[in-house]
Amino acid sequence: MDIRVQQAAFDLGGEASHFAANQQGQGAIVTFAGIVRDLGQGDLHAMEIEHYPGMTDKALTSIAEEAMKRWALGDVLIIHRFGHLAPQELIMMVATSSKHRKDAFEAAEFLMDYLKSRAPFWKREVTNKGAEWVAARDEDETALSRWGTAKKDPAG
Amino acid sequence: MDVLYFAWVRERIGSPRDVIETPPATVMDLVEELRGKEARYAAAFADLDALRVAVDQELTDFNASLGGAREVAFFPPMTGG
Repeated sequence: MDIRVQQAAFDLGGEASHFAANQQGQGAIVTFAGIVRDLGQGDLHAMEIEHYPGMTDKALTSIAEEAMKRWALGDVLIIHRFGHLAPQELIMMVATSSKHRKDAFEAAEFLMDYLKSRAPFWKREVTNKGAEWVAARDEDETALSRWGTAKKDPAG
Repeated sequence: MDVLYFAWVRERIGSPRDVIETPPATVMDLVEELRGKEARYAAAFADLDALRVAVDQELTDFNASLGGAREVAFFPPMTGG
């Protein structure tokens, strides 16, 4: 498992290649990357991502460990950035490997669903109108419920 | 015990951290204590449905005990990914 929380940009292709080159015995690699989305009106200047340094690594590690338990995975990589990001910049990526593609695909979706609402990051969009915290979406919470025994949001 | 605030909770309170000398019994007791401090705290803790809490860096609920806790954090629902 490789979990990285960092301010610096990362090279998606380089990370994916490096991950794929170390998966002896596996047959499938799935990667997902998230980028800063401009809302379409072209008025997004930046996205600022705050995190909870002590908790972030722990939360990501426990999410990755849960994925390793549920699916037959070779390995998991998670990179998540914080700080000031420009539109179209890479925010994060996950990569999973498995013998057959189903495990790698499902585990990558699981990781993303959990990252969205259980990893302590908070996004703020800076637009022409000022800066605003991004609200969590109900759909993100619903997405978690499909993983069955998923831990419920304790406060929600 | 350290009490940490993130995102708009930090902004509303105007500080990232408080130190509490004598920790109350539960998270809810701590919330009541903070609400009584100043209007900005009362505003930040007005709607608990809009808040999440972690004790020693583990998500929990507002009824959780603070026995032995070193760090409590309050923040809005997370928006990672």
